[in-house]
Amino acid sequence: MDFESPTGIQAAALAGRIDAVVVGASAGGVEALGTLLPALPRGFRPAVLVVLHQPRERRSLLVDIFSSRCALPVQEAQDKEPAQPGTIYFAPPDYHLLVDDGPSLALSADEPVLFSRPSIDVLFESAADTYGHRLAGLILTGANSDGARGLAAVREAGGVTLVQRPDTAMVATMPTAALARGRPTSCSRSNRWPSSCG
Amino acid sequence: MATKDLDIELKLLLDAIYLKYHYDFRGYAMASLKRRMTLAADHFGCRTLSQLQDRILHEPPLFPELLNYLTVQVSEMFRDPTYFRSLRESVIPLLRTYPSLKVWVAGCSTGEEVYSLAILLREEGLLERTLIYATDINTQALQKAEAGVYAVDRIAAFTQNHSQSGGHASLSDYYTAAYGNVVFDRALKKHIVFSDHSLATDSVFAEVQLLSCRNVLIYFNRELQERALGLFKDSLCRRGFLGLGARESLRFSQHAPAFSSLVWEDRIFQKG
Repeated sequence: MDFESPTGIQAAALAGRIDAVVVGASAGGVEALGTLLPALPRGFRPAVLVVLHQPRERRSLLVDIFSSRCALPVQEAQDKEPAQPGTIYFAPPDYHLLVDDGPSLALSADEPVLFSRPSIDVLFESAADTYGHRLAGLILTGANSDGARGLAAVREAGGVTLVQRPDTAMVATMPTAALARGRPTSCSRSNRWPSSCG
Repeated sequence: MATKDLDIELKLLLDAIYLKYHYDFRGYAMASLKRRMTLAADHFGCRTLSQLQDRILHEPPLFPELLNYLTVQVSEMFRDPTYFRSLRESVIPLLRTYPSLKVWVAGCSTGEEVYSLAILLREEGLLERTLIYATDINTQALQKAEAGVYAVDRIAAFTQNHSQSGGHASLSDYYTAAYGNVVFDRALKKHIVFSDHSLATDSVFAEVQLLSCRNVLIYFNRELQERALGLFKDSLCRRGFLGLGARESLRFSQHAPAFSSLVWEDRIFQKG
């Protein structure tokens, strides 16, 4: 996978047009995020909230994996914590991550959605509700349809929507489902962060 | 920014529920509550929360159904097996020193955690001297908890959790299977009192040595969390134990100084 620098989102972020980026990934997601998240430069202002489907039984290693590789601080999301600018948050395994007014992070142990907890749809819908048009949503590789509905919510709120091109995804189902639900603001060409953000 | 219609409607609906039914959801964390309420509106065929408010006010029989949407958590027996393992290893030895024990499971929903604790106490030889208070605001959930009947297809997961938690016996020693369900042993229920109690509006009712309240505080806002933690502090005896959910903590609470962390990874605290 070869994502290049996040020029589009970065441009929008620098222009102060977005306050947060929500990212959803499933099968193949660690690799995709491994290209994307380290590409975010120090000084990137929006909060970055990530749902990656993972096994619920084990302690998540994502913070350990990504801390050393990213310029931005990486944390596991904690309930009631303010969503800090320029920080990457991962949803903890077996909890939904939502965004509440503040904006602050909120966890829930509600039933799984599309067999997933954390659910990409749940994060994206609540983030769209809180951030409105000042949000960018990105759907990456994955083997189910989680995220399609959430990305539509981001679009309806006037946010920037991005989908990894299915032919570059390790598993195309999730980006394909997101595309079927509506045209994104930008569809990444050849594995890059898109260069234009609506 | 102008308040969104949905937020206005939600606030009015919560006020209406409080005024009419005395259930107070106004201190709940809004993002989750909004999501649940929107799902409930869909379920009732209402296009807006205002329409839902109209029906809830004028069709009281609908209210228990709405309450199920707002409160029922999907739990399982011995959820987070390491929590129960830590109770066994770090808390039970200290509980043994008491001649009689009281345990409070707050927000017990349909009872999975209550039976888990009862089984753990039985296996450790303490159940005979224990009384467990199991409380929730949802009386329908409490009735299910009291019945102790669960679908048989959930038992495989329960059994696996029980074994990972350090369970000595087979989980099947504690239930009888019939007609696609299992029913938990009456001998366990003899030690459990099921009761209606709200962490938002009710007060302390007993002094307990162990209080387990997992994945309830995440649904509250900061203010209501403080209220609940204050109740917990006042309910626990000196050196009593508090167990929270895997991603809950006392970190930001004014009550934090009253507790020390006994097993941090499993969120087990001890009152000072």
